[in-house]
Amino acid sequence: MDRDDEKLTAHRGLATWGEKLVPLGRFHEATAHAGRVLDGADRERERRAFAARRPDSTTVEGPYTRVAVFGGVYNNHCALEALLQAVRDDAVEAVYCLGDLGGFGPSPERVRPLLEQGGVLAIQGNYEESLAAGHDDCNCGYTDPRDNHFAEISYSYTAARTSAEFKRWMGDLPPRRRVWVGNREFLLVHGSPRRVNEFLFASTSPDPFLEVLLDQEGADGLLFTHTGLHWHRRLPSGRDAINAGVIGRPANDGRTSVWYTLIEASGDDVSITLKPLDYDYQKLIIEMRAEELPEEFIETIATGWWTTCLEILPAKERALSRY
Amino acid sequence: MPDLSPATPAEASSTAPWVELRSLDTLWFQVSGTVCNLACTHCFVSSSPTNHTHEALSLAEIVPYLEEGSALGVKEYYFTGGEPFLNPEMEQILEKTLEYGPATVLTNGLLLNPDRCRKLARMARDCRYSLDFRVSLDGYSAATNDPIRGAGTFERILAGISNLFKAGLNPVITVTEVYDDNGSIEGKTRFFALLAELGIEKPRLKMLPVFRIGAEAERTGAYESWQRLRTSDKPGSWDHLQCSSCRMVTDQGVWVCPILVNEPDGKMGAELADTLNAFAMTHSACWTCHVYGVSCKT
Repeated sequence: MDRDDEKLTAHRGLATWGEKLVPLGRFHEATAHAGRVLDGADRERERRAFAARRPDSTTVEGPYTRVAVFGGVYNNHCALEALLQAVRDDAVEAVYCLGDLGGFGPSPERVRPLLEQGGVLAIQGNYEESLAAGHDDCNCGYTDPRDNHFAEISYSYTAARTSAEFKRWMGDLPPRRRVWVGNREFLLVHGSPRRVNEFLFASTSPDPFLEVLLDQEGADGLLFTHTGLHWHRRLPSGRDAINAGVIGRPANDGRTSVWYTLIEASGDDVSITLKPLDYDYQKLIIEMRAEELPEEFIETIATGWWTTCLEILPAKERALSRY
Repeated sequence: MPDLSPATPAEASSTAPWVELRSLDTLWFQVSGTVCNLACTHCFVSSSPTNHTHEALSLAEIVPYLEEGSALGVKEYYFTGGEPFLNPEMEQILEKTLEYGPATVLTNGLLLNPDRCRKLARMARDCRYSLDFRVSLDGYSAATNDPIRGAGTFERILAGISNLFKAGLNPVITVTEVYDDNGSIEGKTRFFALLAELGIEKPRLKMLPVFRIGAEAERTGAYESWQRLRTSDKPGSWDHLQCSSCRMVTDQGVWVCPILVNEPDGKMGAELADTLNAFAMTHSACWTCHVYGVSCKT
C-alpha cells in the first residue's frame, strides 16, 4: 500500500478524538454523555429568554404622519441637496438620516450645513463612529486587498478633510432612534439593532430572523442602511423591515439615481415607498476629478455600477452586479 | 499502526475564558459527517472515505433543527462535512433549507457535474434567499495544491468551479494558509489571476488560517502547550469568534462550532435549546480563532 492509500483507509473502525485515533464505540460513548439535556419546560424557558424583549430607554419621537428616511451620504452633497428639495415636495414632517455621512465623494465639510438647514435628525453610522474615535479605518471589515485599498482611500480622504468640530458632532449622534409613524413604532439603526456594521441584505435576511429582531426590540418596523442596497419586506406578522438605501452612490443597478424611503401613516397601517432620486451627478463628477478621487469611484457615479466593496455582496446580489 | 492511547482530557475549564452565545446567527450542519472522497493532509476534522466519527444527517433529522433554529432567529445555514454532496439527500436538504433562509455549501468541487450544477442554479434562481457555494482550493497550481488535497485534484476542482460558473453560479474560492504566502497580497493576486484564466468574471476569494488539529497536526505538528486562551485574555468582547453566534449540528447532537466536532467536550446538547449557554474555550483551536480573527462564515 502506498502512503496515499493508507490515508484513505486509516479510519476503518476508528474515530478521531482530538489528535488521537480511538475505537469508534469509545468516541460515541463519550459524546452520548457530553453536553446537557434539558427537560421540555426548561427548553421552552431557554428559547423564550433568548428571544426576549431587550430593554431600550430610547425616547420615541413623533407621532408623525409622513417621514422621509435616508442613509449613506458618502460626502455626496449634490444628492443631499436634491434630497432636501424632494422631501420638501413630499411635505414630510421629519427627515431622518441613518448615518455614514463620509465616504468616497468630495469635500466632507459641505454635508454638515445642508443637514442643519434641512433639520435632518441623524444617527451614528460606522463611519461617524470611526471618525469620532480617531480609528484608522471605516470598520467595514473587508478582506479583499483591492476593496481595502479603495476603502482606505475614501476613509483617509474623509478623515483628513473633516474638521475636529464636525468629528465631535458625529461622536455625539445617538446610535439609534425610535419614531412613531401613525400608531406604528419604528426602530432606526445603521447596520442592525445588534451591530453598527452588520450587513442586512435582502437575500440573507430571512423572515424568521427579522421577526425575532423585531420581537427583541419591541418594534413594529425596522429601518436600517449600511449595505447600499434598498429593499422593503412586509413580514408575515404584518411588521416591516426596510433597508432605506443610500443617497451617496447608486444601488449597483446601472442607473444613476440614488434611493430614499418615504413612510406615511394610513389608518392603522403605514405605506412604505422606496423612491428613486435624480440629482446633478455631472457636477459631483467634476468635483471628484478636481479632488483627484479615483476614477473607479467616478465610474460608479456615472454608470450606476459598483466598482469596489463588492466582496460583501451575497451570491444573489452579486449575480446582479456588473463587476 | 494508529495510536490508540486515550485522548488527553482538556485543561480544566476553570482556567479558560467563557464565551456567551450573543445570538444564533449561523447554524451549521455536518451534513455528510466526517466522510469525504478526499483525505486532505490539512483537514482539521480528518475527514476521509473511512472516517465515520460522524455520520451523514438525513433530511428528516435536519428539519426539526431548521424549525427550532428559525424560531430562534437563525440568519443563515451552512453545510459542511466531509463532502456534502456525498449525502444522497443533499439536493432535497438544500431545497428544504431555502424555505427557511439562505444556505451555503462548503464543497471540494469534485462532485459538481454539469447536470447537478444546472439543478443547483435553478434552485438558486427560484429562491428569494441566497444559495451560495464555497469550493476549497489550496494552491494556485497542481504542484502546490495536489500534495495537500490529493493527486490530480487541482484539475478536477477547477472543472467543478467551471461547471458551477457555466451554470450561472459564482462560488467563493476558499484557500487555507497552508503556504505562508497564500494569504499575502501577492498570493491573493495569484488566485485572482487563476480565476481570471478560467473566465470567472467576478472572482470571490476567502482565506482561512490552518487549525493544527486533526490531520493538520500530523502534517505540521500540534499546538504548543502555551497556545491556549486563559481567563486573563480579556478582549472588549468575543464577538469576533463565531462561537458567540453559531452552533453546529451533527448526527450526535449540537456542538459549539464547526472546528471542534471531534472533541466530545465540544458537544453542548441534543436540541438547540440545550446549547444557548456559555462555552469554556479550553481548546488550542480556540486560540487560533482568537489570534487570527477567524470567521468560518463567508
